[in-house]
Amino acid sequence: MERLSLSGVAFLMYFFGNDQTLVFAGQSCATPFSMGRSCFSDRYERFVLNEMTPAASSTGSPANSQAKTPAGGALPITIRDATKAYGRIFALDNVDLDVRSGEFLTLLGPSGSGKTTLLMVLAGFTRPDYGSIKFGEREIVRTPPHKRDLGMVFQNYALFPHMTVAANVAFPLKLRGVSKPEMDQRVEQALETVQLGGYGERRIDQLSGGQRQRVALARAIVFEPRILLMDEPLSALDKKLREQMQIELRRLHDKLGMTTVYVTHDQREALTMSDRIAVINHGRVMQLGTPNEIYERPANRFVADFIGESTFLPVSVQDGVASFGGQALKVAQLPRGDHELLLMLRPERLHLVTNGEEVRDSAVNAFQAQVREMVYQGDSFLMYTELEDGTEVTVRGMTRRDMVSCLPAIGDAVQLALHSDDTVLVSAEGA
Amino acid sequence: MSDLALPTSSSSLAHSNQQELKRDARQERFVLFSLCSPALLLVLIIMVLPVGWLFWLSFLGEDGNFTLENYQRMVESKSYARIFRNTFEVSLLTTAICILIGYPLAYFLSQLPRRTANLCMITVLLPFWTSLLVRTYAWLVLLQRRGLVNEWGMDIGLWDEPIKLVHNLTGTLIGMVHIMLPFLILPVYGSMRAIDRDYLKAAANLGASPTQAFWRVFFPLSLPGLFAGSLIVFVLCLGFFVTPAVLGGGKVIMVSMRIATNIELFFNWGAASALGVVLLVLTLAILGVASRVLRFDQILGRGH
Repeated sequence: MERLSLSGVAFLMYFFGNDQTLVFAGQSCATPFSMGRSCFSDRYERFVLNEMTPAASSTGSPANSQAKTPAGGALPITIRDATKAYGRIFALDNVDLDVRSGEFLTLLGPSGSGKTTLLMVLAGFTRPDYGSIKFGEREIVRTPPHKRDLGMVFQNYALFPHMTVAANVAFPLKLRGVSKPEMDQRVEQALETVQLGGYGERRIDQLSGGQRQRVALARAIVFEPRILLMDEPLSALDKKLREQMQIELRRLHDKLGMTTVYVTHDQREALTMSDRIAVINHGRVMQLGTPNEIYERPANRFVADFIGESTFLPVSVQDGVASFGGQALKVAQLPRGDHELLLMLRPERLHLVTNGEEVRDSAVNAFQAQVREMVYQGDSFLMYTELEDGTEVTVRGMTRRDMVSCLPAIGDAVQLALHSDDTVLVSAEGA
Repeated sequence: MSDLALPTSSSSLAHSNQQELKRDARQERFVLFSLCSPALLLVLIIMVLPVGWLFWLSFLGEDGNFTLENYQRMVESKSYARIFRNTFEVSLLTTAICILIGYPLAYFLSQLPRRTANLCMITVLLPFWTSLLVRTYAWLVLLQRRGLVNEWGMDIGLWDEPIKLVHNLTGTLIGMVHIMLPFLILPVYGSMRAIDRDYLKAAANLGASPTQAFWRVFFPLSLPGLFAGSLIVFVLCLGFFVTPAVLGGGKVIMVSMRIATNIELFFNWGAASALGVVLLVLTLAILGVASRVLRFDQILGRGH
């Protein structure tokens, strides 16, 4: 009998609303886990807003987070112990993450890593089994999506095909009861912000991929949300447009100043756009840091492998000295803990020693290798070499006029130099 | 100088190719056309010729001479006007009731997991596998004075005396709705399934409550299917004969039934043909108008 009435309620829910209602009716609401961890002040770093990231500034985008903030001010996001399991697979596994007010944070990870789940948890379309999520001081785990008041750009844009561009952008304003003249003005302003002024009367199917992307963005920012979520918004665009949009999105963020959480699997995109990057794998945050930290000082092998190209050499540690193949290494810093360590070799950080001079520099590690293949690419060259223990190591260098004549040939024995600052040891765990 | 020479030579080359390509295209079209010629011939014999004959017959009087009296009678006689009004009323009512029952049902099905929905769809389609006549007479049995529905209604205490459920408009509508319902549910369900769930997510994200998201996003996007389904049901109802004849008990006279009596009782082929022609023209006119509306709507509803 109870079953019957329940299914009756379910039917009514179906009748009057979309499936979202049923999700909320069906799930016996997960108790929000409030701050289980001791006290979070130790991990809760003070807001450091003005972070000039080298990667972002090198692309010419003004990574200046001190620009003006939206009307309501940006909001920080606090995620504690967020856990979501599908069967026995953990899409999110005890995730703790603080997104600072007004920052551009990227969730970076391979497909199936849980980054999209985390974004869906923030948007309210997925409810965590466990944990707490706060926008500012407001706990929102049990808040339905339509009351969260955040902007979102979907991967496929999800523009309403039965509405014009202007009607799409006006949609959130209409729901908020904004008066007609103000609505028109704000819609046009939002369209101009994304450089689509005057496109209001177009139908969605008359727009190109890039234009749809901009409309989706305009719709997400027109109601001035304090948090903006983006789910791989550039993945459907071609390479050139994508790179152009990366810089535009970053500029827009700096102009509007809202807290932005961006999901991507493209490491270059993450490095280009972000204030900070959270590298995610198996539902856990592997490392959280600025693009610079993530690239130069990866926390473990997974991060080092996922971002940039690397070769790894096994390293043994004795009495505080790391060595590879009996050769003591001069390292930037020795990681604490007693787990197995690997030496990370990045192709662009290895140098070809031409006259033995560099090796005498005390801060350089030298490796003997044999050239297996040589690729000349005009501005740069790629050299595939083999170390004495058989490990293949790639070296990339810029070609210089004086160098072209003396590039080694296949089979030559060469010496590779690695500056101690670039001699980074990573934990072998977290692969 | 060679820059100038090149375009002319290449354009002349393109020109000679064009002719060859055109010939190839013409040949291919001819081959493809000949593939469908048997079907075209069949359509000509069983569709075009009979309809043309019908048309011809409608202009013949009882004495076999050319006359307009069959159409004249329709304009002058009030009974014909009533029959046409009746037909349209019954069709409209059936369509409306089908929408009221079918749309929520299709919505429910579209929200189910695909496997469950397919299973439920079989039950929707089940009536298709039973003879129309059997289903109609089954309703006759169920709805009669001492039928199951009346007995149960009185047992439960909903009403005290047997109510008249059959041989009137009520019975006709019950039977017709039952038979027409799948024709509405199928296209509506199809168009609902095609609606990307992300639209509803986007609506929710932008601040729409589930009810608002339904009316502002889901419902407009399902309209093309609803229009198509309603049109099919309405047009099928216009020419429906068996069910209204059996369940209407002579009280609900539709055009198709008048055609039958014209031939069976009066053996007046001319009058019957004229009725058929008028019904055909009216149906085509409705389809023509509706297809304009539909196409307009599909343009709005298309595109991802």
